[in-house]
Amino acid sequence: MPPLNAPHVYTPYRDSIRELMNNSVLVEVNRLSRFYGEIQAVKDVSFTIRQGEVLGFLGPNGAGKTTTMQVLSGNLAPSEGSITIAGHDLLEDPRAAKAAIGYLPEQPPIYRELTVDEYLDYCAALNRIPRKKRIAARQTAKEKCGLQDVGKRLIGNLSKGYQQRVGLAQAIIHLPPVVILDEPTIGLDPIQIREIRDLIRELGKDHGVILSTHILPEVQATCDHVQIINKGSLVLSDSIEGLARHMKSAALTVAFRRRPELPLLEKIAGVNSVQSDGNERVRILYSPGRDPTDDVVKLAGEKNWGLYEITPERMSLEQIFVELTTDESPQEEVHT
Amino acid sequence: MILTIAVREFKSLFLSPLAWSILAVVQVILAFLFLGRVELFQLYQSQLLAMDSGPGVTEVVVPDLLGNAAIILLLVVPLLTMRLVSEERRNRTLSLLFSAPISMTEIILGKYLGIMMFLLLLLALIALMPLSLLAGGGLDFGMLFSGLLGLALLLAGFAAVGLFMSTLTQYPTVAAIGGFGVLLLFWILDWSGEGASGNGSLLAYLSLFNHYKPFLEGIFDSADAVYHGLLITTFLAFSIRRLDADRLGG
Repeated sequence: MPPLNAPHVYTPYRDSIRELMNNSVLVEVNRLSRFYGEIQAVKDVSFTIRQGEVLGFLGPNGAGKTTTMQVLSGNLAPSEGSITIAGHDLLEDPRAAKAAIGYLPEQPPIYRELTVDEYLDYCAALNRIPRKKRIAARQTAKEKCGLQDVGKRLIGNLSKGYQQRVGLAQAIIHLPPVVILDEPTIGLDPIQIREIRDLIRELGKDHGVILSTHILPEVQATCDHVQIINKGSLVLSDSIEGLARHMKSAALTVAFRRRPELPLLEKIAGVNSVQSDGNERVRILYSPGRDPTDDVVKLAGEKNWGLYEITPERMSLEQIFVELTTDESPQEEVHT
Repeated sequence: MILTIAVREFKSLFLSPLAWSILAVVQVILAFLFLGRVELFQLYQSQLLAMDSGPGVTEVVVPDLLGNAAIILLLVVPLLTMRLVSEERRNRTLSLLFSAPISMTEIILGKYLGIMMFLLLLLALIALMPLSLLAGGGLDFGMLFSGLLGLALLLAGFAAVGLFMSTLTQYPTVAAIGGFGVLLLFWILDWSGEGASGNGSLLAYLSLFNHYKPFLEGIFDSADAVYHGLLITTFLAFSIRRLDADRLGG
């Protein structure tokens, strides 16, 4: 009988264990609060980011996105709560924690009077990359951000899009496990936005990325996970698939070739009401979780109504966003 | 790490015309004063030689030159230090330093060291003027080096005050005016105490000028050196605290 720990013994979970280890938690934010004098910009926010995850931080202006990003990157001290980055507490062991972060603030922190190469070398040195590896690090960062051709140019003379890329190169030059990007596509043209988004998705493969934005499609295009923040509190934290489920409202739009009998439709189990536009198109509202699609199709077949289109209605991200961020505000005002 | 920041500060000074123009203007003015003093010495050389223990060329030229240099640099150093932190705050580039794995102390010391490199360069250029007299005769090296050491300590104090002023604001000009005001106040503190006793002597003791003069006369008093050391560490510590407050405050 072979010993249990022999290398050739088949372990069915080996791959999934490796996956679990790869999915290690990179950032753990625990009950974070931040005050500016009397104003509480961030209220009791907790979340985690794992390796290979792109987390979208969504919220209207003044919701506390930038404050959260600044606290995470060590630019602001939290009033309450703790932050652990790659296993190091940001307050107790800031040097080790900050070594694991790359941060691109809203306005890229670039020195206009330096060339791209000089600037990136300086950033590499600041992040304690050994002298021998700096050129390689700079080269890799430039390649990733598409800056190969502008190395010798002054940053001040580059266009806004290129300056943004330089800022991004600065954030990833030391290959940090966590990359924090504050509105990275602001002020860019559509082509540049697409390029930056591709880059972010690319980064998300082996880094943990946090991205703040107020542009909803951006989250759908780049993120695996989304958090919506409003007035300093998290109002939604879900995966992109979860968000898509949220977006399904309890309604179907059905189109028939021949006018259907509405009372028959209303009798289907789960259907709450049926609205007709007067022609052959009806809107069926049903109780959540009791999707009557199958029954509608069956009935239409029996009655020969000629069903040719059936679509579940989806709320746009905008609608969810508005719903989540405005519904609660009247209540809050009552409390305060 | 401190050196990385220092070298970058030093280099970036020369990327703008400011550093060059300061070096040129200071050098021209001091050269003019220096030549005037040398001429004076030449005029009275025979009479001075006749005196029993008359002053030599070093005593005539060096204290005067370094004394003037101190006053000119009091005006100039705040211009050099004004943008150290304030400009980075204004351009929002401070976050690059804040999110890098370096401490506030390293940031401040790096910037301080960078400006000190420049000031020591300036000092070396000033020292070249009296040293050029070696072509025509001897010098009292003890006196010269005591004076240069005094000026170096004084400049280090100026730079520390200027750096602190720069951490207070995001407007370089405000930092320059503030730095200039504080330095001038430190310089003239003893004027108010003239003639009076008690309070006056304390103020006179605090005055920068009174701790610079002995160096010019060739007297190295460790108490004076300690005064400058304290001034420098105090303002550097203030700067570190102030920068840290950026992170804590709103």
